[in-house]
Amino acid sequence: MLIPILNLAWLIPLFPFLASVAILLFTYRNRKWSHRLAIGGISISFVLSQAVFWAAVLHPVGGGEQAFESTLIHWLSTGTERFTLGVYIDPATAVMLFMVPLVCLMIFIYSVGYMNLGTPEVDPRYSRLFAYLSLLATGMLGSVVFNNLLTFFIFWEIMDTCAYLLIGFWYERKSAYQAGLKTFLVTRVGDMFFLLGLVLLYSEVGSLAYRDIFNPEALEHMAHTPFLGTQWSMATVIALLLFGGTVAKSAQFPLHVWLPDTAEGPSPALALIHAATMVSAGVFLIIRTFPIFAAVESGVQMTVVAAIGAFTAIFSSIIAIAQNDIKRVLAFSTISQLGYMVAALGIGAYVAGAFHLITHAFFKALLFLGSGSVIHGMEHGRRELRIANCESQTHVGTHSPCSPLEEFNPNDMLNMGGLAKRMPRTFWTFLTGGLALSGFPLVTAGFWSKDQIMAQAYERSPVVFWVLAAAAGLTAFYTMRQVCMTFFGQPRTQVAEHAPESVPSMTVPLIILAIFTVGLGWAGIPTHFPVIGGIIPNWFHHFIGQTIETTIETGHATEAAHGFVWEPPALWVIFALGGLALGWLVYGWKPMRAGETDRVEAAMRKVWLGWLYACLRDCFYFDEIYQATFVRGSILLADLFYAFDHGAVDGLVNLIGRFARASAFLDLHVVDGAVNGVGVVVRAGGRDIRRLQTGRIQNYLLWVSVAMLALVLAFLIILFLQEYLYQISLAVLALVVTLLVISVLRSRKFS
Amino acid sequence: MTTTVPLEWVLVLAAALFCAGVYGVLSRRNGIAALMGIELMLNAVNINLVAFWRYLEPEAATGQAFALFVYAVAVAEAAVGLALIIAIWRTRDTVVLEDLDLLKG
Repeated sequence: MLIPILNLAWLIPLFPFLASVAILLFTYRNRKWSHRLAIGGISISFVLSQAVFWAAVLHPVGGGEQAFESTLIHWLSTGTERFTLGVYIDPATAVMLFMVPLVCLMIFIYSVGYMNLGTPEVDPRYSRLFAYLSLLATGMLGSVVFNNLLTFFIFWEIMDTCAYLLIGFWYERKSAYQAGLKTFLVTRVGDMFFLLGLVLLYSEVGSLAYRDIFNPEALEHMAHTPFLGTQWSMATVIALLLFGGTVAKSAQFPLHVWLPDTAEGPSPALALIHAATMVSAGVFLIIRTFPIFAAVESGVQMTVVAAIGAFTAIFSSIIAIAQNDIKRVLAFSTISQLGYMVAALGIGAYVAGAFHLITHAFFKALLFLGSGSVIHGMEHGRRELRIANCESQTHVGTHSPCSPLEEFNPNDMLNMGGLAKRMPRTFWTFLTGGLALSGFPLVTAGFWSKDQIMAQAYERSPVVFWVLAAAAGLTAFYTMRQVCMTFFGQPRTQVAEHAPESVPSMTVPLIILAIFTVGLGWAGIPTHFPVIGGIIPNWFHHFIGQTIETTIETGHATEAAHGFVWEPPALWVIFALGGLALGWLVYGWKPMRAGETDRVEAAMRKVWLGWLYACLRDCFYFDEIYQATFVRGSILLADLFYAFDHGAVDGLVNLIGRFARASAFLDLHVVDGAVNGVGVVVRAGGRDIRRLQTGRIQNYLLWVSVAMLALVLAFLIILFLQEYLYQISLAVLALVVTLLVISVLRSRKFS
Repeated sequence: MTTTVPLEWVLVLAAALFCAGVYGVLSRRNGIAALMGIELMLNAVNINLVAFWRYLEPEAATGQAFALFVYAVAVAEAAVGLALIIAIWRTRDTVVLEDLDLLKG
């Protein structure tokens, strides 16, 4: 009963793909059918995924083994190598299958309202959005369910493409298409590392199937093979290369630059990219290949992963403080939370990292959809205001254009304020998401997942713990700032006064996601947590933990093995609550008024730190630095290559041209000379011989007669003068030759 | 059977007539005259045929038959030749053989 369901898991990515193709090919002009197809496709995937998930949960997956692998099909043959394709379901896959289609479904439903279906403002590329979203969901689901890293890579690339298309969705805006291009190029860098890692892995193991890679012998082999004679083992290098893919995909520190710019895309697309799919795939890659990372005990790769994760977490939360674009704040919070997950994986907290990935997906989708709802409201407010302005002006009778409000930025939080009253459902759900992001204790899922990371970090790496705790404080602070600036106080612009609540197709997904944001945490309450621990078993840990406990011997004491340690939660919760309180004091106690500068900026200006604030606002000038180094460098390199091309390659070509010219000379004068010589000879012969052909019949007859006479003469000679035949023939020959010579000499003279 | 005229005389007559024909064909500028030369040559041959039949093989009728064939051919040849000359006259306004050198190389 259960195995057939798991065998059908390959259908999960198929339906969104079919929906995407069908929308692009058939229903592009029919908006209603487009979203019906997209939502239908993801709904089927959702149902199938739930079936697979519960089958995997209720039944020990694969009959006692840690992972189920379906029957394999051969899908690619190169030389003697045959790649097989199958479905690979382990607890990590199952949990992702629980999360991804659910969040996708919510986002798809939300998109219907967000793109203004049924109103005159409906987006002209409405159908296209659904096609892209479906394809993106395909990419994520495909990289989750299949059984080898090659398909993982293929679907990962599909996601990149979709991210490019979605971020540049409104490509009329220059910034949008540039952001799309940036995303695509930056993720290419990581993909190159990923691909190199795959090549190395393949050359070592001879297969990219998870079953072969996670084979203890293969891991042992990789762990003990030195890489090109260095002290690093093969496993370390492969892990670091694969991590390069994660760094780009999950926007970790050196390659984080693309993620903030994604704010140019439509909110549903951002929710999908930042929560359920694209960036999750990067972290999921580490989760998936974790045995390789853990193959070498306390290797350098884990240190690198932990360091980059922790640094990214604190770095981006600092930047987020100074952002005013509602979507950019969330984008930086995404980077920061991904840093948490990566750091957690880097210190070996596999379960905690996976758990945070799942909870984060829910509350970040919620926050992005909430911000989309806010922006949507602001856009509506702007439109109403513009119409109102126009009407009042036509009453007066002036011909001046209506107040354009084109410069107005509906994403800017400084233009908002007081939206809690106007958009209550959006407000409450956004607040839930914000609290989960901050890790508000006990009631939010974000708390439980973060707490697990913190507990493990406290135990294993105090540095990581303190950095992440500080980041948690900053996260709480900027989240509170965002909530206060957006929803509290009085509206700072007329537009905010006119912003209406969004339609139910947008708010219902928000509410559903909010429920999960709260409820999902209960799946992972530590057994030893005071008072409420143990009421609900720490299901998540047991389920996910199977993967890692059976594949590799971590040697770490699992959480269940010892009692509750109170310091870590206490310490970081103090940070989080402190951040929230500080945020409330600065921004919520006395709400900002219109035209007021940002409180933090004003405070920093006072202590001559305005430059630092500018640094934060401009993200430490990473874009400019990359522009000056990599982009300019590439252009310089291109110039260099152009010069080389122009000088050396063109020179070579020209040299060959000279050779060709010399050979043409040879051809003209020697080969053509021979050919022409033949022609000249033939023509001269013809010129001489043509004189025989006079065209006059009587001439010919004369020749015939003469020849006849000659023949008769010869006959008579042979008949009567046989004994002198030899001398006579010699004489005739001499005569003929003499005549010929004479005729040639004559023809020379005359011609 | 009279023996006053030996065969050699007849052959000499035929050779003379043939040479006259050849001379006519080679030397006359008029196409019609050249055709007449050809007729002379054909008749010289006919004299030979008839003479050899009469003097050497009087029993067989082959010599006469050949002579009759030659007449038929000569008539046909004269008809075709004259038709050609008329056609040439119509297109080129001349029957002078020296001017008819379209096939000159």
